[in-house]
Amino acid sequence: MDQKTEIESWGRVLKVPHEVAELHWMPQRLPPREHAHSYLPFGEGRSYGDSCLNDSGLLLKSRKMNRFIAFDTVTGILRCEAGIRLDEILNITISQGWFLPVVPGTQYVTLGGAIANDIHGKNHHVAGTLGCFVKQICVLRSDGLQYLCSPTENRDLFGATIGGLGLTGLILWAEIQMKPVQSSFIDQETIRYSSLDEFFKISKASESTHEYTVAWVDALASGHHLGRGHFIRGNHSQKSGQTKTKGLKVSVPVELPTWVLNQATVHCFNSIYFHRQVKKQQAKHIDYRPFFFPLDSIKNWNRLYGSRGFYQYQVVVPFENDQEPIREILKEVAKSKKASFLAVLKTFGNVPSPGWLSFPRPGVTLALDFPNQGASTLRLFKTLDAIVRRARGALYPAKDATMTAEDFEIYYPRWREFQAWIDPQFSSNFWRRVRPGAEKHG
Amino acid sequence: MAKSVLFGATSAIGIEVAKLMAGQGDELFLVARDPQKLQAVERDLRARGAQVKGSRAIDLRQTEHHLTLFREIQSALGGIDHALIAYGTLSNQKACEQDFTLAAHEIQTNFVSCVSLLTNLANQMEQKRHGVIAVISSVAGDRGRQSNYIYGASKGALSIFLQGLRNRLFQAGVSVLTIKPGFVDTPMTSHLKKNFLFAQPETVALGIVRGMERKKDVIYVPGFWWWVMFIIRSVPEALFKRLKL
Repeated sequence: MDQKTEIESWGRVLKVPHEVAELHWMPQRLPPREHAHSYLPFGEGRSYGDSCLNDSGLLLKSRKMNRFIAFDTVTGILRCEAGIRLDEILNITISQGWFLPVVPGTQYVTLGGAIANDIHGKNHHVAGTLGCFVKQICVLRSDGLQYLCSPTENRDLFGATIGGLGLTGLILWAEIQMKPVQSSFIDQETIRYSSLDEFFKISKASESTHEYTVAWVDALASGHHLGRGHFIRGNHSQKSGQTKTKGLKVSVPVELPTWVLNQATVHCFNSIYFHRQVKKQQAKHIDYRPFFFPLDSIKNWNRLYGSRGFYQYQVVVPFENDQEPIREILKEVAKSKKASFLAVLKTFGNVPSPGWLSFPRPGVTLALDFPNQGASTLRLFKTLDAIVRRARGALYPAKDATMTAEDFEIYYPRWREFQAWIDPQFSSNFWRRVRPGAEKHG
Repeated sequence: MAKSVLFGATSAIGIEVAKLMAGQGDELFLVARDPQKLQAVERDLRARGAQVKGSRAIDLRQTEHHLTLFREIQSALGGIDHALIAYGTLSNQKACEQDFTLAAHEIQTNFVSCVSLLTNLANQMEQKRHGVIAVISSVAGDRGRQSNYIYGASKGALSIFLQGLRNRLFQAGVSVLTIKPGFVDTPMTSHLKKNFLFAQPETVALGIVRGMERKKDVIYVPGFWWWVMFIIRSVPEALFKRLKL
C-alpha cells in the first residue's frame, strides 16, 4: 500500500498523490493507515473540486462495495452497500415500479457519495434533497465502531453525515425510501424563453404542475437576452413506451487541446442550441435517462476542457430584491465571456434537509462551467463571490475548488457543530482549505 | 431456465456470472467458503430478483464433504444443467518454494479439490447425457514461469484434466469449457499494480456465459490473451529458461 497513485477529481484541475485501499466487502474495521496521515472515502470521483481528494492520505475506495442488501418491493424501502452506483440501482428497481426519490444530473455516482454531498435534483422544489429520504445509514469510524444513524437514532452523527463530505466516517450502507412510478418514461415539455423574467414566470407556474423543472441557460447572452434558454419540465408518465436500451454512446477518448473550447465555438454552439427548437413549446414522451442524465451519453466529457481542466461554480441565492443578485451574476459572467455551454438554472423549494452542511436552501441556483484559464478565471470568481456574499447566498462544496474559509463560515453556519463530529482520522483537501486550522494528522 | 451451480460464488468473477445467470432466469445454488460474504452475495442476488434455491458455506479443499454437498444441491435444485468452478487462490510463489506444505496446500485448492468436484459432476451429467461444465483455469497454466509456477502448475494440470474430461464426455453430449483469464481486477490481484492488461470481472463474466451458451471448448478472456500466450508458448525452451518471467 506504499505505492502512491495520482488521483484527480471530475474538474481535473487538481491531481494529487494518494495511497489507495480498495474495499471489496463492507469492512469490520478501517484498513491500516501506515504512513498516510488520514482517511477519506472515495466513490466515483464525480465531485468537481477538492472535496473528494486528500493529498497523501489513504483513499477508501468504496466502488466494489456495490451490493443490494434488501429491497422490499411492497414498501419501496431499499438497503444497499454505499459503493453501489445510482444506475445500478435504477436498472433493477425501475422495472419493479420504483424510482430514486432524488437524482442528480448524472447516474454515475455512488449512493454513499450522493448522501455525503446531499445531492439535489430537478424535483427539489417539491421533494427536497436525497437526505430527506434516507431512513438509516451505518457509519464505520476510526474507533472501530459501527454507528447506526437515523432521524431518531444517533441523530447528530446522522445530521453531520448527510452532506458531510465523507468526513464523519465511512458510510457502509444506507437505507432509502424509493418512490413508486408507473413507467420508466417522462412526459417532458421544453419551452424556449428569452429573458430572466420569463424564466421566473414559467418556473413559478410550473412548480405546482410539474415534479421536475430545470433550465438550460445561454450564459453568453447579454442585454435583453440575459438569462435566455430552454425551460425543461416533466412528470413521470402514466404510460410506458419503447425503451432504447442502447442509446447513442460516445466517448471523449483523449483530452482536447485547450483552444478547442473558445469563446467563438461556445458562442456558436449556444446560439445553435438555443434556436434548435423552432417552436416556442414542445412536448415529448421520453425515457428517463436522456431526461435526467443527458450528459451521461458522453463518456469522459470532462476531457473536453483539455489538460488544464475546468471549474464548476454553483451558487444559490435567496429569492429577494427582484432577483437582482442572479441577474448581476449572469451579467458579470456574460461580460467575462468565459462561461461554457453547460449552464443550469433552477429554483429550490423550502423542504429542509436533515444534513447540517446541506447546500440547497430556498432560492434560485445557477451552475456554470468555466475552463481553467488560471488567474483570470479566479479573478472572475472573486467578483462573483462578492455578489453571493452580499446576497446571503452560498456555494456548493461538491463543485467547489476556490471558496475561502471566511465565506465557508458564513455559507455554512453549522460548521462548528459539524466539526465536532468529524472523525479525528478523516480529512480532505477541501476541509483543510476551508478550515485552515484543521490538522492534517488526526 | 437452467439449474446452475456456482462453486466459488463470492469470487469477483463468480458474482458477475451469477448476476448474468440470474438475469436469464436461472435457478441458482451458491457455494463459497466465507459465510458472511456468501450471505452478502445471496442477498444481493435475491434483491435483483434471482431465484437462489440454496447455498452452502464450505471449504471445498475438504473433499470428504463433497458427496454431502452434491446431495444437498440435488435436493435443492433437482439436477444440474450448468456448473461453474470459479474459486482459487493466487499462491505466494516465494513462500511455496521454501515450504512444501504450502505448495501442497495450493495444489490441493487449485487442482485436487477441483478434480473431486469434476468427478462428481461428470458422472452425474454423463448419466443424464446433458450439461455444461465450465472451469476457470488460467493463462498461467499455459507455460511454467519462475515467478508463478506453483499456481501455474496447478492450473496447467487442471487444463489438461479438463481436456481429457472433454474428450470423455463428448460422446455423452456434455460440454466442458476451459476458461483462461489473464489479469482480472479482483481481490485476488489487489496487491498488483493495475495496468492496461487488467480486465474487469464483468467483462470476463460475459465471456464465460457466452462461452457456455455456445458450448465452446477453450476460451481466453479477454480474447487478446490467445495471441499473448501463443507468442509465449512459441518461445523455444532454451531461450525461455534464460528469461526473467
